Amino acid sequence: MSKERGIVLYLHVHQPFRVRKYSIFDTATNHDYFDEPSFDTDRNNERVFRKVADKSYKPMNAVLLKMLETHPEFKVSLSITGTFIEQAEKWGPDVLDSFRALVATGRVEIVAETYFHSLAFFYSRTEFERQVETHKAKIREIFGVETSVFRNTELAYNDDLAKWADGYGFKGILAEGWDPILGWRSPNYVYKPSGTKDIALLLKNYKLSDDLAFRFSNRGWAEWPLTADKYTGWMDASTTDENSDSIVNLFMDYETFGEHQWEDTGIFDFFGQFVGKWLENENHTFHTVSSAIDSFPVVDEVSMPNTVTWADNERDLSAWLGNKMQHEAMSNLYALESDILRTNDATLIHDWRLLQTSDHAYYMCTKWFTDGDVHAYFSPYDSPYDAFLYYINAIRDLRYRLHNDHGTGGLNG
Amino acid sequence: MNILMLGWELPPHNSGGLGVACYHLSKALAYEGATIDFVLPYKADHSEIDFMNIHHATELSPTNRYGMGAYDSFYAIDSDTADSDSPTDIRGVQRRYVTFVEDMVQGTKPDAIHAHDWLTIEAGMRAKEITNAPLIVHVHATEFDRAGGSDGNPLVHEIEYQGLMMADRIIAVSNLTKQIIISKYGIPADKIEVVYNAIDISVFNDGYNYDMRTYKYLEALKQEGYTIVTAVTRLTIQKGLSHLIRAVAKASEKYDKLVLLLAGDGEQRNELLELAAELGISDKVFFTGFVRGKQWRDAYSVADIFVLSSVSEPFGLTALEAAHHDNALIVTKQSGVGEVLNSIFRYDFWDEEQLADQLIGIATSSALRESLKQNVLQEYNQFSWTDAAKICLSTYSRAGEVAYA
Repeated sequence: MSKERGIVLYLHVHQPFRVRKYSIFDTATNHDYFDEPSFDTDRNNERVFRKVADKSYKPMNAVLLKMLETHPEFKVSLSITGTFIEQAEKWGPDVLDSFRALVATGRVEIVAETYFHSLAFFYSRTEFERQVETHKAKIREIFGVETSVFRNTELAYNDDLAKWADGYGFKGILAEGWDPILGWRSPNYVYKPSGTKDIALLLKNYKLSDDLAFRFSNRGWAEWPLTADKYTGWMDASTTDENSDSIVNLFMDYETFGEHQWEDTGIFDFFGQFVGKWLENENHTFHTVSSAIDSFPVVDEVSMPNTVTWADNERDLSAWLGNKMQHEAMSNLYALESDILRTNDATLIHDWRLLQTSDHAYYMCTKWFTDGDVHAYFSPYDSPYDAFLYYINAIRDLRYRLHNDHGTGGLNG
Repeated sequence: MNILMLGWELPPHNSGGLGVACYHLSKALAYEGATIDFVLPYKADHSEIDFMNIHHATELSPTNRYGMGAYDSFYAIDSDTADSDSPTDIRGVQRRYVTFVEDMVQGTKPDAIHAHDWLTIEAGMRAKEITNAPLIVHVHATEFDRAGGSDGNPLVHEIEYQGLMMADRIIAVSNLTKQIIISKYGIPADKIEVVYNAIDISVFNDGYNYDMRTYKYLEALKQEGYTIVTAVTRLTIQKGLSHLIRAVAKASEKYDKLVLLLAGDGEQRNELLELAAELGISDKVFFTGFVRGKQWRDAYSVADIFVLSSVSEPFGLTALEAAHHDNALIVTKQSGVGEVLNSIFRYDFWDEEQLADQLIGIATSSALRESLKQNVLQEYNQFSWTDAAKICLSTYSRAGEVAYA
């Protein structure tokens, strides 16, 4: 058992293939749903990838590599979606190489997930498993490593998912450390999901994670500006427990660094200083998700019968599956599963899967519109209704291809 | 606070949204304690209006006044030979309106003069000269909007320019209109206040029930699975209706069960009839002629989708009325009402393909249709006429400070 207090830094790397302005006049004629011709819009996936690569992936990977080289104790875990890897292969082989360089240090762990960053777990268990397999294979191919800890899209977690991951053979799984679930308990320990045999649960410390992910550059925040000294102090306070050692699970989107918090906020410098500051104390270290599970005992069981995510104040799936349009879009898509898979048409199957990426449903979210908080709507579309319209047109085209190219299925309007 | 309100029409003698907006704004101002003298260019029985004093500048009847409607700036000409007794000579009526207001303000001084559009701007300027009271010019539409993309009437531009220059404060009905006032008339932004129009839904609670027999054929089509698209509008170039008809034709190529109801009348009607025939969709486009009362409300009620297709629409109150009647809304990006609504589709007025795509999308997805209808119902009446009146009152006070400074 470790005598050290450790930070488990886990960053999620993802880019979706956004649907272009795909009209009914394209349906049954053009099948290029993801190829926005205009370079002047964030529906253009290449444009977004290149922009985020310059602002986030390249500079942050350089910082991470420097930390790994400077501090033997530094470790980090990454989940990298299949859709991101495909985009990097097309538009940023150098970006992919910089991730390979990180993994090659042996102190960067890759976390398992669905290849297509999908919500398949909630629609089709078989499709879900296929995507986990595909992701494992892709990580093996690109990085030459095996994954052993699982995270689901948007950290959407419940007891059933934990049981599935346990049965599948994962040693750990990640979830949100949400107060209404934990009660008096701290997220700074290793837990066991209820009803499982041999799997550990790591819970996000959302307060300390969100200080970076959401509040770092907020000048209206009482703690602004956040310094490495101050943050290390909070980390210290959070892990000071007379009974045992503990960990802080800092889980966030990778793009926090440079994209959500721009370089001019000082986020990169802050990060380097913070890592150095934390490691000044010889009882401090960093863990990967696996080494945290190996180093600390399970202290308690945690049950989450209802799905909990890391999103919004509600911590539920309402941003993805909260309205009729989202339900209709997803149920229409998954209804095609058996017909699509039977075709053995690799391009068709791949397009169907790219449409499963959860971002598509997120763009159809209306809850901020009806709350009057339109500024919370981050999307490359004019409105959730436009997002739905182009998406449904693409599903109609899938039906057309099934019908026309493979003689299966009806068109259903 | 005593307000001299210079208007051109009030319901039921209105030719469009100007009269409706003047009515509700005056009513809300009166409830906020203002005393209002409202001047009309015609004589009519308005005995049901008890919240303000109504003055008529002429003995003309509102009923046969072709050529002096609030939207007929196109016909305005200055001519010495123009017969100012003729209700078809808008300049003549305006001159008599000015004379009436000049006489009216002798020896009095209102706290503010509130003039609506170019029609009453000259009277407003004269009243300001005589009384030294602050002048507020309320812009519901500029000549650029009415001209629908062409240049419009230079005489009207000149009157608007003079009034906007002389006004102590300007009220614009949207940011879109504010931008036009800044860019086309060179007025500094800080002189202009945006006050959106509201919808007074209490007037809709008059025991109205949708009568399915009014548009019986359309109801029969709905039974057959058709989707009814409607525009409640004057048939005039500003409204972009030829693009709407072309979009319906385009949509019909992909999805047959769509029809268009055009409720209203105007000088473009024959042109639009011909266009529908040329495109081969005459059987899908229904022209009602001018509608009011029950036929007018039933036109909203029978519809599934309401389109505001304007080339340039300062506000677009009909969109809020359509929302009230449970329509899914599609509004051009060139319409001010889009600034107060989120749960709608928007398109550029010329983008027929985009509009066609949105029409088909709504017609073929119940989830989309219901989401649009239900969500817009939560936002369409968030801004009230009382809110608008309060901003007007503070604008009057501010204008007073400027005028006396």
